[in-house]
Amino acid sequence: MAVNRNFRTCPTTGLVFHEPAEKLMRWNAVVAVVALLIGGVLAIGVLLTRWQAVHLLQADLFYQFLTAHGLNMLVFWIIFFEMAILYFASSTLLRCRLATPGMAWVGFWLMVVGALLNNYAVLRGDSSVMFTSYAPMGAHPTFYAGLILFAVGALIACFVFFGTLVIAKAERTYHGSVPLVTFGAITAAIIAVFTIATGAIILIPTLLWSLGLIEHIDSLMYRTIWWGFGHSSQQINVAAHVSVWYAGAAVVFGAKPMSEKVSRTAFLLYIFFLQLASAHHLLADPGLTSNWKIFNTSYAMYLAVLASMVHGLTVPGSIEVAQRQKGFNNGLFEWLRKAPWGNAPFVAVFISIVGFGFLGGISGVMMGTEQLNLIIHNTLYVPGHFHATVVIGTTLAFMGLTYFLIPVLFRRKVAFGNMATWQAYIFGISMSGFSVFMMGAGTLGAPRRHWDISFAGNPFGYEFPATAWLMIALMGIFGVGALVGGAMYLAITVYSVFLGEKIQTPDFATVSAKRGMAPAPQPVAVGATGHGAGVGAWGMVAPGTFVLALVFLTSFVLYYFVNWKYLSTVWPLR
Amino acid sequence: MANTTESNVPGDDVLEEPVPAMQQLLDNPFLLLFIGIAVPTVLYTIWGVMEIVNLPIAK
Repeated sequence: MAVNRNFRTCPTTGLVFHEPAEKLMRWNAVVAVVALLIGGVLAIGVLLTRWQAVHLLQADLFYQFLTAHGLNMLVFWIIFFEMAILYFASSTLLRCRLATPGMAWVGFWLMVVGALLNNYAVLRGDSSVMFTSYAPMGAHPTFYAGLILFAVGALIACFVFFGTLVIAKAERTYHGSVPLVTFGAITAAIIAVFTIATGAIILIPTLLWSLGLIEHIDSLMYRTIWWGFGHSSQQINVAAHVSVWYAGAAVVFGAKPMSEKVSRTAFLLYIFFLQLASAHHLLADPGLTSNWKIFNTSYAMYLAVLASMVHGLTVPGSIEVAQRQKGFNNGLFEWLRKAPWGNAPFVAVFISIVGFGFLGGISGVMMGTEQLNLIIHNTLYVPGHFHATVVIGTTLAFMGLTYFLIPVLFRRKVAFGNMATWQAYIFGISMSGFSVFMMGAGTLGAPRRHWDISFAGNPFGYEFPATAWLMIALMGIFGVGALVGGAMYLAITVYSVFLGEKIQTPDFATVSAKRGMAPAPQPVAVGATGHGAGVGAWGMVAPGTFVLALVFLTSFVLYYFVNWKYLSTVWPLR
Repeated sequence: MANTTESNVPGDDVLEEPVPAMQQLLDNPFLLLFIGIAVPTVLYTIWGVMEIVNLPIAK
């Protein structure tokens, strides 16, 4: 069969797109945005029910909305988008043809059918089991079948990605090591393979159980293996959005990583340890020993946290060095003051880094400590934490990437002028407030899974402190802001892609490339004129970032200490 | 045995220094794939499952 070797070079960026890969990127990105639209509409119902002053939906409908919201946001939106990133990071960044495009389309359609089937199961009304779908709470067989089909499709896409790496190496389309962004995508794909395999281990027997072919699913066994899938699926996001951070710094500032070795080693720590953090969901479960819990969370997870802190330091650090080299070299923060605060991809990536680190990262370490976990387990703190990681960290980074890709991939101008920049601010700030107040209410004990936080009408009611209700009200207000920001993103993206002004490229032609299409490498200036030479202050090339890192560490230590103090008051040992 | 890199600069095919072991690891996606599956499978999944399997059944 003839191999399609048609490539297009983007006239703006110089990026090279293999024709089948480009089409797959577009389709995956479009379906991802459709999933975001569905999840976003459902978020209105979830938010206005959680906001106790409104309490919109009845219990059945609330759980139905919550289930579909969780799956569309945490699984379908993000993983479809990540598949587009994998194809971009392999085929485009390595200037290489995509391996087996036919198989990639099979994977894509399996994912689409799986997502539709899963949504159909929830829409039926008999599968409102939430994202976690804990056995023995059962769903319709199509719920599990949909997830399995989706996972198989995603697995195929991952192996197409690995196959593309093999082709790139064999056809020598790059020299030396793969670019750092591609290495981050490799990390995401590796975590994805573990995640999907773990999902298959538990979802296939659960499907058979829902069909009546297996009599019993042990609930603790289900929870343990399921979290290897459920939490690791969110670790794919971490590796993917960190890659987007590096890409954003390179695109907006022309920044180079401060140290390729350090950044790659940090990704290696993700490969070793990031998935083990799944254990923090089981810290309050009986049956599993403290040895298993503490090793997987307080030891292994901290090494993954170290990796995140390295990325959180090196990405802003590389931006600082690039800015200082452009002449913004005065004082500690001129590079930051004179950053392009009107550039939507930059704003989105910057808020993503700060929100992920300060809100998602610090709270994640606190939750991962066995003793401290007791304060907040199964409270609103948990969704507050993962809205900081998955929504501010991942979704906002992907939004920023979208504004870069609309002109590059879809050849359209981003519509509505500066609205994209405003969108990044509104969504980022609102979602930060939403997460903070949700975590605050959770710290005061507001439950996570119950439809009615007030437990009205129950024989044994519970009076939460008035502050908890204030937090929930503020969560509702900021949540509405986040919904507005999300709607702005959808409006900008859908309008730009389908109705936006086309970018004309005179004399454009898709060309057929031959093997070994990469240009001869150019020697890179190193040594005396190396990265960051001649800039900075006090012997550091990025002193501003160093100060920001100290602020982060101080916040981290203080918050950790405050929670130990709080634990001693809510659970006094005398 | 350590690999070596060849310079790809046109007209310059002199062998350079050996590739460090760490870089060989980082440049091998399939070895990383193996590690990325084996480590969590052993430390999280198998260890966790063994603990659950060994729980005594309530009478």
